[in-house]
Amino acid sequence: METITLTIDNKKVDVPRGTTILKAARQLGIDIPTLCYMELHDMNIENRPAGCRICVTEVQGRRNLAPACATKCEDGMVVKTHTTRVLNARRTVMEFILSDHPKDCLICPKSGNCELQSMAHKLGIREIPGAEIAAMSTYRKDTSPSIIRDLDKCIMCRRCEMMCNDVQTVGALSAVNRGFMAAVAPAFEQNLEHSPCTYCGQCVAVCPTGALTEVDHTPEVLRVLADPTKTVVVQTAPAVRAALGEEFGMKPGTLVTGKMVTALRALGFDYVFDTDFAADLTIMEEGTELLDRLNRYLKGDKTARLPILTSCCPGWVNFFEYYFPDLKEVPSTAKSPQQMFGAIAKSYFAEKIKVNRKDLVVVSIMPCLAKKYECQRDEFSVDGNRDVDFSISTRELAAFIKQANLDLNNLEEGEFDAPLGESTGAGVIFGTTGGVIEAAVRTAYEIHTGKKLDRIDFTELRGLEGVRQAAIDFDGLEVRIGIAHGLGNARKLLNDVREGKSQFHAIEVMACPGGCIGGGGQPLHHGNSEIIKARAAAIYEEDRKKPLRKSHENPFIIKLYEEFLGKPNSEKAHHLLHTKYFEKKKKIIVKQ
Amino acid sequence: MTKKKIQIIVCGGTGCSDKNSNAVAESLTIEIEANALENDVKVVRSGCFGLCNLGPVVRVMPDDVVYIGVKPSDAQEIIDEHIMKGRVVERLLFTDALTGKKLRSAQEMSGYRKQMRIVLRNCGIIDPENIEEAIAHDAYEALARVLTTMTPDEVIKIVKDSGLRGRGGGGFPTGLKWEIARKNKADEKYVVCNADEGDPGAFMDRSVLEGDPHAVLEAMAICGYCIEASKGLIYIRAEYPLAVARLKTAIAQAKEYGLLGENIMNTGFSFDIEIRYGAGAFVCGEETALIHSMEGLRGEPTVKPPFPAEAGFRGKPTNVNNVETFACISPIILKGAEWFSSIGTEKSKGTKVFALAGKINNVGLIEVPMGTTLREVIFEIGGGIRNGKKFKAAQTGGPSGGCLTEKHLDTPIDFDNLVAAGSMMGSGGLIVMDEDDCMVSVAKFFLDFTVEESCGKCAPCRIGNKRLHELLEHITKGKGVPADLDRLRNMCLVIKDTSLCGLGQSSPNPVLSTLENFKDEYEAHVTAKKCPAGKCRDLMEYFIIAENCVGCTACARVCPVNAITGERKEPHVINPEICIKCGACKEKCKFDAIIIK
Amino acid sequence: MKKINSVEDLRKAKEKILAGMHGKGKGEKEKVLVRVHCGTSGLASGAKEILDFLTLELEKRNIDATVIRTGDMGYCYAEPTIEVTRPGESPVVFGYVDKIKADEIIEKFIKNGDFVDGIIPVNYRTID
Repeated sequence: METITLTIDNKKVDVPRGTTILKAARQLGIDIPTLCYMELHDMNIENRPAGCRICVTEVQGRRNLAPACATKCEDGMVVKTHTTRVLNARRTVMEFILSDHPKDCLICPKSGNCELQSMAHKLGIREIPGAEIAAMSTYRKDTSPSIIRDLDKCIMCRRCEMMCNDVQTVGALSAVNRGFMAAVAPAFEQNLEHSPCTYCGQCVAVCPTGALTEVDHTPEVLRVLADPTKTVVVQTAPAVRAALGEEFGMKPGTLVTGKMVTALRALGFDYVFDTDFAADLTIMEEGTELLDRLNRYLKGDKTARLPILTSCCPGWVNFFEYYFPDLKEVPSTAKSPQQMFGAIAKSYFAEKIKVNRKDLVVVSIMPCLAKKYECQRDEFSVDGNRDVDFSISTRELAAFIKQANLDLNNLEEGEFDAPLGESTGAGVIFGTTGGVIEAAVRTAYEIHTGKKLDRIDFTELRGLEGVRQAAIDFDGLEVRIGIAHGLGNARKLLNDVREGKSQFHAIEVMACPGGCIGGGGQPLHHGNSEIIKARAAAIYEEDRKKPLRKSHENPFIIKLYEEFLGKPNSEKAHHLLHTKYFEKKKKIIVKQ
Repeated sequence: MTKKKIQIIVCGGTGCSDKNSNAVAESLTIEIEANALENDVKVVRSGCFGLCNLGPVVRVMPDDVVYIGVKPSDAQEIIDEHIMKGRVVERLLFTDALTGKKLRSAQEMSGYRKQMRIVLRNCGIIDPENIEEAIAHDAYEALARVLTTMTPDEVIKIVKDSGLRGRGGGGFPTGLKWEIARKNKADEKYVVCNADEGDPGAFMDRSVLEGDPHAVLEAMAICGYCIEASKGLIYIRAEYPLAVARLKTAIAQAKEYGLLGENIMNTGFSFDIEIRYGAGAFVCGEETALIHSMEGLRGEPTVKPPFPAEAGFRGKPTNVNNVETFACISPIILKGAEWFSSIGTEKSKGTKVFALAGKINNVGLIEVPMGTTLREVIFEIGGGIRNGKKFKAAQTGGPSGGCLTEKHLDTPIDFDNLVAAGSMMGSGGLIVMDEDDCMVSVAKFFLDFTVEESCGKCAPCRIGNKRLHELLEHITKGKGVPADLDRLRNMCLVIKDTSLCGLGQSSPNPVLSTLENFKDEYEAHVTAKKCPAGKCRDLMEYFIIAENCVGCTACARVCPVNAITGERKEPHVINPEICIKCGACKEKCKFDAIIIK
Repeated sequence: MKKINSVEDLRKAKEKILAGMHGKGKGEKEKVLVRVHCGTSGLASGAKEILDFLTLELEKRNIDATVIRTGDMGYCYAEPTIEVTRPGESPVVFGYVDKIKADEIIEKFIKNGDFVDGIIPVNYRTID
């Protein structure tokens, strides 16, 4: 690629043609402040609408200031990034933005984690001139099962819109209205519930302000913990332990499994269990289902639908129920680990400890916002009593731990309780893209071939490319596997399935880029994709350290089948651990 | 004396009326009666001849002799010599300053008319729904010549040499734009006609499309030939139903005649045109926003580069020109670059259509060579200020332009002079303000529009314009302080400097230019809390001059809020606390006792 | 009219149209040509009514005339405007035309060539 030379703040820099001023400046170590701009380069995700105008710079020969994020460098260009003209413009524009932003930082869920707040601080804004006569653009607040939209706080950075449309291809959010009332919302300013929203939460994950936040269930959790009549069980998803530490100042990728267990116990949970246990259970069911379909297919059974699609991601389930209802018989019928856990906890475990299911409260700690919706689905409750009562995100847990005056850094390493706290490495890797299918392969291979795997790490299934594929040799039978993370990538594979062009036997889909480690409920990455890579590394590290790394070797899983379920895909297993899918109607309700 | 009935046309336009053309007409009538000619000779009043600086103008028909600078005292000579004896009154003829030649007829004098119709050449002349009339008026002649005798590069050279610049606002050289689009290779390219005329009060594009749609279609095909595009799109606002209907008819007829479509005139060149509708967003006049809107996306601009010529409609090289620009193309091809570039100023060639509006007598469309002065436009062609009021300012370039004042009256209007004067050409709206207009309110009025029309994508335009508007509102309510003016100016400059597209980059112009040219008026609002034009309701006070008041009680009776008290036959008083400033009392008072302070 | 298949066709078509066109034909018995300016400004001011009135009345009064509908000339302040061309004469534009004025124009100008008030002289240069 052609290299060009330009001068930024009197320093020469060589960059490939097509580089933006922002990136060229970063190459020189010059920090140009940005607000709407966001980039996750490992996932080819970039948002640069050039709308906030905070990153403006002075380019010699140009009449107006140029946004660094969206202006390409030219040979011989002379750029100044911090002249008085630029500083005055930045400050004035920031004053404009703040003049139309609520000042309720004290109780804003994003306080302390808000990019707008940091920018105001960075630019040293101490007052907003004319605030006394400044009207605010206000909107109706919208609360869905997972996500709260408070558009009064929307600064039109368009990150959520980019995530929802370009990355996830969900199309729930787009800019509405114009001028001062412009904001990002579902079509016709409907509620999210009446939109195609999958609750994947990627909009929340990238929102720089408090415009998009999760529904906070910690107050309810606190209430049941304080209620002596309740037995409260907690399950923690694999991706949580790889990210929770970030909220306590730890390096991304720090594993805090043991400290997290201690914290949960200190918070008053009666039993601290692991969703990884249920992940192992999922593999037993899903793996068996895969082998069953595969065997039937190989025998020429036309009713055997292949490829089998994983079904542990609730955002993904919402997506195909809305956009691919014609394919709703294709995914595995296995419930997600969260719901398998709930079903087992409120049956097998409740019986074991002799507690009525109504007095047993199951709380899940998830990297995910769609889980909040999932646990509220009608089919996942018995007589109105949910299998999983509350789902709180990694961020909510962190806030909860801080409220209890616990410093995660200084806690002892604790151990999960038995029996639902025991898991294998296969359960752990559910937290990252490619992990579910790798776990399934480890078990399905051994069951199918009756041989021991000599190689447990299927590195060909790992990585961060949006769509990956691999062929695994099942002792002479080639099993073709597809992997997609991010719903936009999933859509590509689904279109192939719909058109009958798919060559895969099994496809793993995770709604969030990176998988659960990049989930909508995780500590905010603020556009740093190194963080997601570090979390993935931590997950694989935990797997590597586990003595058992294949789900079917989990002794408590074996025991569960012996004592309670019979065998995988048995009638009882079907009743408790499998579900079915529904077509989501496209409904537009014009009048609220 | 000829047998044929003679008619004497006396110009009744504003310019000539001001120079007493009425008295000329009366004198002529008296002379006719004195000579008992009333059955054979008639005096008729007409509208403006467009020769205002030569007025009063009198034209004798059917001889077609034009007399200029006619005084009432000349009536006798005209009747005696011309009418009775058939001898032209030489001394009243116009003398060409260069040649010294006396010019007699209206035709000979046409060169002295201020207006020149290139764009509007066929408007009002041809039936726009009959392609044959267009063909009779040379439509598709230029296309035929281009397709059969010229290479694309030759055509582009002519357009470049003509000096034609885009009439949509920016003034970018058209030929260069075509050349760039030609150079960008792609399997498909597009020619787009921007007919999203959004400036309030501007309707030149609409008139062209309604009056001469083929002029645009033909030019688009020529452009398509030059840049190697086979598809044209006209983006037109749906609020122009008549223009849309006529365009549709014109496209259908052109296809039927084989002047659009496959293999035009057997030359192997194919070009088709489709219509795309805009929903009436001002920002969609910006070419990237326009393209997004055509693609079915939200009508929002994106950062340039890439320019549409590189990546436009559906990511393909796209040439976007406005209606008026396209309407100039055929005459340039037929009459040559030299002819076109002989009209206008050094850097702005050809003519420009303006839509005159506001406090001006002859509201409507005019077309003048570039370089015509504002004075000529307003006082000659436009017939001057309505009701004999004093000229105060003229807003050019629509809501994003600036106000020109008396000191700019003799500035030749062209792209660069307007920018230098703090305004812009824009699409050619020209709104005239008189002494009764408050310039702070005028600025607020224009901002009203841009606040409404901002797409909301970038912060300075979305929020900044709103804040500007609020501050102006504050000032017109008398709540402003002197420091507000500095803040106002800073906001204007930053919004211009940082906005993403032309809308925000120009929306503060009305504020900046009025702040520059009418600073005292702003200061009066923030210091003395007075509106010099008496327009800002919150800053005025109705007051009864005791000496003039006879105590008739008419004002007290008409006051809707009982703010006026006083005994019969005694001077009355208005209580400013109660007064709502509706003005009913002032209207009712027959004694000029009520004034606005 | 058949499809124009060549530049030659276009030339021929143009000649043919010109020859047959109202008021422009050479030698043929000429008609009065009335153009009613029916752009948006014209129509908004009542041009359609004038168009219908003139079409009907000229026929009723047995005047050999062609009435056509055109776009506006830009004289918005004086709409509706019409342009009348008597055979062999220059066109004359009248402004502020209502039915009464239109009637006067028929009776005085179209029939006898007498001007009536409200003439808008040609105040522009053309390009030919």
